Amino acid sequence: MLLKVENLTVGIGRVEPLSGISFAVDRGEILGLVGESGSGKSLTALAVMGLLPLIGGRITGGSVRFDGTDLTGLPEARLRALRGRRIAFVTQNPMTALDPVQRIGEQVDVVARMHLGLSQTAARARTVDLLTQLRIPEAATICDAYPHQLSGGMKQRIVIAMALAGKPDLIVADEPTTALDVTVQAQIIHILATLVKEQGLALILITHDMGVVAQVCDRVAVLYAGRLAEARAVQALFAAPAHPYTAALIDCIPREGMAPGTLTGIPGAVPGVAHYPQGCRFHPRCPRASDLCQAEVPPLSPLDHGRVACHHPMEVLHG
Amino acid sequence: MADLVTLTGLSRRFVSPGGWLSKPRSMMAVRGVDLTIPKGSVTGVVGESGCGKSTLARLVLRLLEPTEGRIHFVGIDLTGLAPPALRALRRRMAMVFQDPYSSLDPRYTVGDVLREPFAVQGQVPAATRISDLLDQVGLSRALAASYPHQLSGGQRQRVGIARALALNPDFIVLDEPTASLDVSIQAQIIALLQGLQRDLGLTYLFISHDLGLVRYFCDRIVVMYLGAVVEELPHPTAAARHPYTAALMASNFTPDPLHRRELANLTGEIPSAFALPAGCAFAARCPRVTDQCRVKSPALIAAADGHATACFHPI
Repeated sequence: MLLKVENLTVGIGRVEPLSGISFAVDRGEILGLVGESGSGKSLTALAVMGLLPLIGGRITGGSVRFDGTDLTGLPEARLRALRGRRIAFVTQNPMTALDPVQRIGEQVDVVARMHLGLSQTAARARTVDLLTQLRIPEAATICDAYPHQLSGGMKQRIVIAMALAGKPDLIVADEPTTALDVTVQAQIIHILATLVKEQGLALILITHDMGVVAQVCDRVAVLYAGRLAEARAVQALFAAPAHPYTAALIDCIPREGMAPGTLTGIPGAVPGVAHYPQGCRFHPRCPRASDLCQAEVPPLSPLDHGRVACHHPMEVLHG
Repeated sequence: MADLVTLTGLSRRFVSPGGWLSKPRSMMAVRGVDLTIPKGSVTGVVGESGCGKSTLARLVLRLLEPTEGRIHFVGIDLTGLAPPALRALRRRMAMVFQDPYSSLDPRYTVGDVLREPFAVQGQVPAATRISDLLDQVGLSRALAASYPHQLSGGQRQRVGIARALALNPDFIVLDEPTASLDVSIQAQIIALLQGLQRDLGLTYLFISHDLGLVRYFCDRIVVMYLGAVVEELPHPTAAARHPYTAALMASNFTPDPLHRRELANLTGEIPSAFALPAGCAFAARCPRVTDQCRVKSPALIAAADGHATACFHPI
């Protein structure tokens, strides 16, 4: 495994927004990190990137092993050498991820110059090559454009090009298509999935859309209120979700031929970090909750192609 | 079913006045839309950003003045109506806005928000009306004293729906009411809207960018591209005939890993409405394009089954 996160716990001040998060992703694989807003997806991404100090947080337990090295104990200088180079980040909003007063080409060039030590000419050649790979028409001309001259979909491709410029092994993409139109979203997701398969990258795709997960991911980690609910191979997860929360999330997506009234959603909302309930954090919204769920935190147990944290998991066909 | 709303040749032009460095320029946000909305039905309008769907939503209620065309509501032409008569008729129509964060006044309590439609109409609500409205949208009555910032996104949107229901309307325009919500909350809100529609016999115009959601929720689907209707599906499971609708359907991510498909091979993005191409607006991105499409604009032609398509080379 290229990246293995084990029992990760994150503290911000006196609260513990994330605890016991475990998942893994290998080269050539896409891991979907899913959950509603407030489930801890973006925070997990920041923890993996070593960017928690930016928001006053820190890793208080567990490990983040990347290619054999535990990143949790690494000094900032060593982390910085990895970040942008071997681990790249694609943010949610391409509108704010680019410098508005610098030309597109220069913003992508600088990554290869800094991390790969390329000359200006070589870096630009690489930039044009990357933009072409991302199916940007007339890449050489686009290099001279400013971000405001490009559409949202184009800007997101530029951000992906910046991520790729340092030849990373792992890309963390935080809802990379949420701000985009549906046809453009499909293009971008398709491009990312193709890159992973062709270049043997590992991708952590943060999304709240189980449809996207089903279409492109290999593995899935479902987070709820700062804890891991279920982590499994994608086909096993969709064939028979073990955690009631996973099942509920899948049922939130309207499907072809669904009868009216069958889409019901999940009652209530994700609790804030100050109001995490005792026991299983999902119990107030769970149709299968019992007294046990209110009293005790369900342990993460191994299960068909993965792990689940539930006292009353749904029936899973072992195979 | 009788038609509750009829739109005829509805258009809206926006003019950007220009400034020190820029020339004034204009664009047609909505171009010649003809549409009938049958009573008691849910009509979906789907399209990507910039297709004019939100402008259309506002035009239908005359929250925006049309540049051309007519809007008939229960047979009355809204476009020629004087303000007092329009206000009287507005009792029967309502709107739920996209963003539940900016569509509620932060200084109003939920109770104030729900009393405002009555005040505008010079009415005094019955003593139990506010509580009834909260019950109807599944909110606790105690929330009447709360301010919007104390509510979650889903709760705020329920307040927006309760406000729309306040005066017992016949017709509600829903402008992407779930676009800013989580999928779990979106499903709750859709279930609520579906129940209200059934129980109160409401007519909806549902605006969305999510074709999967529209196909689940609506009886009929209108697809817009760059201000114009390109296809009208008479029922939600009808197969696409317009290549753009087909691309929208192919861009939808089905939650089934066993049925992965080649994602839409649609290249490019929507051109700017300030510089509409001659001919079919979709020509530049269309896999079936021919020379004819680049010079001539296809008209929306209805087939015998009510399925209308604006395309020279339908699927």
